[in-house]
Amino acid sequence: MRSTAATIAGSVLALFVLVAVFGPLLVPYDNVTTRMADRLLPPGSTLSEGGFALLGTDQHGRDVLAQVVAGSRVSLLVAVTVVVVGGFVGLVLGLLAGYYGGWTDTVISRLGDMQLAFPSILLAILLAGVLGPSLTNVIIALAVTRWVIFARVVRGSALTTRNREFVDSARVMGASDVRIMARYILPSCVQPLLVAATVQVGLTMVAEAALSFLGLGVPIDQASWGSTIANGRDYLDSAWWIAAVPGLALTLVVICVGVLGDAARDDSDPAKSSGLGRKPLRRRKAGTPAAGSTAAETTGDSTQAVAR
Amino acid sequence: MTELLTVSDLAVSFGEVRAVRGVSFGVAEATTLAIVGESGSGKSLSSLAVLGLLPAQAQVTAGSIHWDGRDLRACGADELRQLRGTDIAMIFQDPLSALNPSLTVGYQIGEMFRRRRGLGRDEARRRAIEAMTEVGIPDAARRAGSYPHEFSGGMRQRVMIAMALALDPRLLIADEPTTALDVTVQAQILRLLRKRQRDGLAMIIISHDLGVVARTAQSVVVMYAGRAVESGPVADLYTVPAHPYTLGLMAASPSARDAGRRPQPIDGYPPDGAALPTGCAFHPRCPFARQRCRTEDPELRTVAPGRTSACHFAEEVLSRGGAVGHPRA
Amino acid sequence: MIIYLARRLWQSVFLIFGAITIVFLVLRVIPGDPATLILGSQATPAELAALREEMGLTDPLFEQYVRHLAEVARLDFGESWRLGGDAFASVVDRLPATLTLAGYALALTLLIGFPLGLHAARHTGRAVDRVVSYLSLTGQALPSFWVGIMLVLIFARMLGVLPGTADGTPVSLILPAFTLALPFLGWLARLVRNGTLEELGKDYVRTARAKGLSERIVFNVHVLRNTLTPVVTVLGLVLGNFIADAVIIEQVFAWPGIGSLLIDSIVNRDYAVAEAAIVLIAVFYIGLNLLVDVAYFYLDPRITLETV
Repeated sequence: MRSTAATIAGSVLALFVLVAVFGPLLVPYDNVTTRMADRLLPPGSTLSEGGFALLGTDQHGRDVLAQVVAGSRVSLLVAVTVVVVGGFVGLVLGLLAGYYGGWTDTVISRLGDMQLAFPSILLAILLAGVLGPSLTNVIIALAVTRWVIFARVVRGSALTTRNREFVDSARVMGASDVRIMARYILPSCVQPLLVAATVQVGLTMVAEAALSFLGLGVPIDQASWGSTIANGRDYLDSAWWIAAVPGLALTLVVICVGVLGDAARDDSDPAKSSGLGRKPLRRRKAGTPAAGSTAAETTGDSTQAVAR
Repeated sequence: MTELLTVSDLAVSFGEVRAVRGVSFGVAEATTLAIVGESGSGKSLSSLAVLGLLPAQAQVTAGSIHWDGRDLRACGADELRQLRGTDIAMIFQDPLSALNPSLTVGYQIGEMFRRRRGLGRDEARRRAIEAMTEVGIPDAARRAGSYPHEFSGGMRQRVMIAMALALDPRLLIADEPTTALDVTVQAQILRLLRKRQRDGLAMIIISHDLGVVARTAQSVVVMYAGRAVESGPVADLYTVPAHPYTLGLMAASPSARDAGRRPQPIDGYPPDGAALPTGCAFHPRCPFARQRCRTEDPELRTVAPGRTSACHFAEEVLSRGGAVGHPRA
Repeated sequence: MIIYLARRLWQSVFLIFGAITIVFLVLRVIPGDPATLILGSQATPAELAALREEMGLTDPLFEQYVRHLAEVARLDFGESWRLGGDAFASVVDRLPATLTLAGYALALTLLIGFPLGLHAARHTGRAVDRVVSYLSLTGQALPSFWVGIMLVLIFARMLGVLPGTADGTPVSLILPAFTLALPFLGWLARLVRNGTLEELGKDYVRTARAKGLSERIVFNVHVLRNTLTPVVTVLGLVLGNFIADAVIIEQVFAWPGIGSLLIDSIVNRDYAVAEAAIVLIAVFYIGLNLLVDVAYFYLDPRITLETV
């Protein structure tokens, strides 16, 4: 991470992970007790019991900071699990499709095309709604929508590596398919997979928050940034901080993930990291939207894949 | 004969690089001047400077440009723009990239009449078709509705010429007008240009191909590393070059093959404008080079009536009596 | 040309078919027993069995699937138990509202994004250019539902200049449309900026100047003409994403479009309506992609049969 922006983003994310892991121990979130005396206090207020509400309280007198800290845990847990699960499924299917080609590839790729034929957030909403609100179901719903992206990345790398000389020689030496995939093809897929994973972590966080905001995410007794925002929406007049704070946290984290993802992409791009193309400041190419699930990328991909 | 365009001691810098370092040339009505040199010699920049069309990083740093008695360097951007197309027109090397891919050729030619003469759409179109017919594009009325990519290379260059000559300019600057074309098409285009020249058009042809120059121009300026190294009437210069570089160019020219010799490229490479050799810029590649050439940059001086050369040993080169080729070869 | 279009059309049909299949699988396989769902847990086993028989749920899944495809082809998604009446009709009722919102968002994207991009191209490296750069980088990472709430907080509650809920008047649609547009504003601006810069460096621009055309004409006729083609085609993709993103944004602004109907239906397990809504959105999305490809064909004279 050469640039200052990447360093700052990395630090913010490290802080976020620390808070998500250890925060709830320091600022426990109590969603049962209602303290009427402490309702809707603005940030920086002193509580009736002498405590201090740095980010204010909600309509039940619950500490917003504690909610945001609790929400960060859900956010991190969902994002990481979804990316690991979706990434693993995508890795396996992408490897199979890219290595074997033929009908294996056709089936897997067509399945991906069908799934990308409609916006991924719709599928997530539908799945989460049908499965019912629970942490596990949110993870399932989002993982199902993410595997395709990973599978495409891996398939692409596998396709280019498959016909390289060292793979051919391994085949001649009598190595099994599984061994070839694990030893020779897999390493070439890791870097692009990691770049895609970084980007997807941010997108998954936003998607989880959106599902929870719609009431389709984690159950109401668990704090999520999305559900806290939904709750705060009803108190915009009297207590704007309830909705503002978790959204700010989410935005900050997601932008930092984006910055890191950019840095990772630039680092892994051989054309750019070779001496010739090194430039201190790099900008995204036009037509490459930041988010993976946006117009050009999704449709561009599907058109290409279909036209193949 | 009075000159229409007179350029004296023109200097152009391209970023930090002194790309043109004091070049003078002129052209009179119904005559053609050729500017010859390898790519990077500054020949294109010199002509773009005349029209005020230098790329953003380049600028004129010294010299004067006079057009029909007017000082073009003193002209404002809009005054200069008014001259373009009507007084001085230009055509470029690659007509495919030089034409707008999304507009029909009829529109692009008609634009001259519409925007510069204020004619209506229909009248402009009619005149565009006329202009296309005049440069020998068959079925012009139908072809006017086609896009540049739908034409062959030669036809595209005719479109460029029709567009450039639409408003009867007095000077046409043609930057490598035939480089992208094959030999027969090249001959057709040159014939077309010669005809217009006989009708009174003044031309500056920029080329690296001495064959093209021989067939069109009356006088030549040879440029090397941003400077004029030789100038003179075409016939004289071709018979007996007065600069070793010209000698080399002639040996390297594809038309040398016509004379029964194999093209003989000049040793070495053109110098990097940012790191010119000391003394004469050509000395590292020059078969005539001596100690003096390494330290002293030769002045462009008159070596025979109507001829100049920037070589310390021009007389020696001249005395070779037109034996084309390097002494080493 | 005809062959190309026919192929693209066939691909689109395949994708629509895929979308219907996925929705069928999610709705008919995961939720367990639709009969229990409809009759409630108090129903007797006999009642349940009778309904199952009536709905054809006892048939093999594949038969159900084929029957379902035939129904969908007739736009028969069944009855809405919540709203009563035909599910598809209730979705179509909401279509104009969603299209209006998406239309406003598209207009905003164009009206702001296009000039912004042109301006940035003319002033590279200056403040405008940097704004465009940041906006394109962060715009798509933002949680749009939260941005919408914050816009309501600032412009409706604090400043009181714009209405916070969408009641159908053009003014009330400004905030929701802007919320929808924001992720694509910077993206479009960047696309226009880079496209314009690229075009400005091309030879035909020098030719146009050599013709003595004014800078205004050079820019507005010659350069713009070539910048416009990719932008126009990309707008179709953006519109498709607006319709998808509207699902969440309509909820934020209480706008009675397909999106809010979809969320209500999913939350209330009114799956006939949910399916009709999702299939309709998917058809729109896929159809717009097709339209974009066709438009590209017509807009760029250089694309001929051979290059397809």
